[in-house]
Amino acid sequence: MIEVESLYFKYPLANDYVLKNISLKIGLGEVVGIMGGNGSGKTTLIKHFNGLLKPTKGFVKVFGKDTRKESVAYFSKKVGLVFQNPGHQIFSDTVWNEVAFALKNFGFEEEIINKRVKWALEFFNLIQYKDMSPLLLSGGEKKRLCLASVLAWNPDFIILDEPTVGQDFLQKEKLIEIIKMLVTQNKTVIVVSHDVEFIWLLQPRLILISNGIIVKDGDCRSVFKDDSVLEKCGITKPQLVELYEELYPLIERPPVDIVEARSMMLKLLRGLK
Amino acid sequence: METLTEIIKFINFSFSYSGSNALILKNINLSIEEGDFVLLVGPSGCGKSTLLRCINGLIPHLYSGVYEGEVIVDGELVKNKSVNELATKVGFVFQNPENQIFMFSVEKDIVFGLENIGLDRNEIDSRLEWVLHALGIEHLRYKPPYELSDGQKQRVAIAGVLAMKPKILILDEPTSLLDPRTALEFILLIKELNRKFGLTIIVVEHRIDLLTNVANRMIVLDKGEIIFNGCLKEVIKNKNLNLYGVNVPPVIALQNYLKDEGLIFNEFYLNVKDFSKEIKRRLIGID
Repeated sequence: MIEVESLYFKYPLANDYVLKNISLKIGLGEVVGIMGGNGSGKTTLIKHFNGLLKPTKGFVKVFGKDTRKESVAYFSKKVGLVFQNPGHQIFSDTVWNEVAFALKNFGFEEEIINKRVKWALEFFNLIQYKDMSPLLLSGGEKKRLCLASVLAWNPDFIILDEPTVGQDFLQKEKLIEIIKMLVTQNKTVIVVSHDVEFIWLLQPRLILISNGIIVKDGDCRSVFKDDSVLEKCGITKPQLVELYEELYPLIERPPVDIVEARSMMLKLLRGLK
Repeated sequence: METLTEIIKFINFSFSYSGSNALILKNINLSIEEGDFVLLVGPSGCGKSTLLRCINGLIPHLYSGVYEGEVIVDGELVKNKSVNELATKVGFVFQNPENQIFMFSVEKDIVFGLENIGLDRNEIDSRLEWVLHALGIEHLRYKPPYELSDGQKQRVAIAGVLAMKPKILILDEPTSLLDPRTALEFILLIKELNRKFGLTIIVVEHRIDLLTNVANRMIVLDKGEIIFNGCLKEVIKNKNLNLYGVNVPPVIALQNYLKDEGLIFNEFYLNVKDFSKEIKRRLIGID
């Protein structure tokens, strides 16, 4: 469980708070989306979840432990953060060593390290690059490498900051599959993203942030109905929600994915005959 | 009649990086006309970034390798022009703005390129004001880059390139860090530059729903080869696009599914509004 209570945060020497009076609880087995305009405080918030940033006021607790009272290393085992920019995360000489690094630091046995690294690289279709420098990978491949490195150590909370940037259709499909698989293992996946189509396919609990304040927290269907809040946060609607709004009352709810949209349309158009 | 001018041309072009035998681009033949707005897509690692580097001269001048065939930009062979000379013709916005911003304030960063090409002070000031306004970043003018959010950095990087008023503007996932509304506004701004000044635009973008209404040309690359190349409205209809990693917008994918079921529409609709209008017209005769 991640528990955030009356969290205020400002960067050293700054005058303004970046986060203001944030309170929320995130349990295990949840998929949580966090969206908001540029500079709204999304990344600053998630950096509090593994203790990288400490509250100026209020507190953040992970499994009951206050993030101000333990090291980042302690919380990292439980909360894996995949950064938006792979350049902030990648530093090893080979793709294999990049994934193995954290596992070694956490003191896993050699045999387990080898098994997990192999699993993660195969899963993300990177095994063929195992002896290559990570710097030679494409942008999308680097992104997958970062995800592989974090999943390899099996944290309870996985935070993905803009995971779909640079990812093609097949990788996005895979990402959705991975997130759904993680949830069945009672893990929690927190996704910060601007990609409304991706978020819609995940159907998460959705938190919207504007100017450091949580302006909405609810299931994504209800959040995507709230025009004024979406406007405030610079968020557009997913195409399937738009389709529903254009066609209402011909269809009763927004389709969750393209397969459902197809059967709704077929029913509508064939019903005519 | 207005004649089209080829501004970029690849002739029997192949490339592999030094130290690797793998051909990243294989026998590319491609011509892009002045004023085209091109959407370039393909799975990660397919060679998109390499293709772009061949246009602005980073290949072969900064990245060495086996370079076969020719790349011609604005009538001149890229291999015979320096990266500096090409920079005045080809503006490049990188995927990661941190690779691009290095001065101590936003203003200094934007004018850096302009000062380097020796423009007079009035012209520099007027271009500075224009891009600050066009990208909505007037309030960031005196800020140091480290105080900017990633989205703000992206806009500053774009501002520095736009200020150079290049003939060709290449953007590698330019909206990836922008929120959806800002991304849409930004794409419309690029379209405006394309329309007003005849600027040739090449955009690599995975969120193609943003571009289906603005680009006129679409190129799909896979494993270093061109798979599709043509008018966007035609290319995007192809059912196999997702096999090449293309994130086909739901409204397009839906029409393909319905076509498979024998439901044919007069047109292929690129946005939800037009598609819904057609559905309503069929069902209840509402226009």
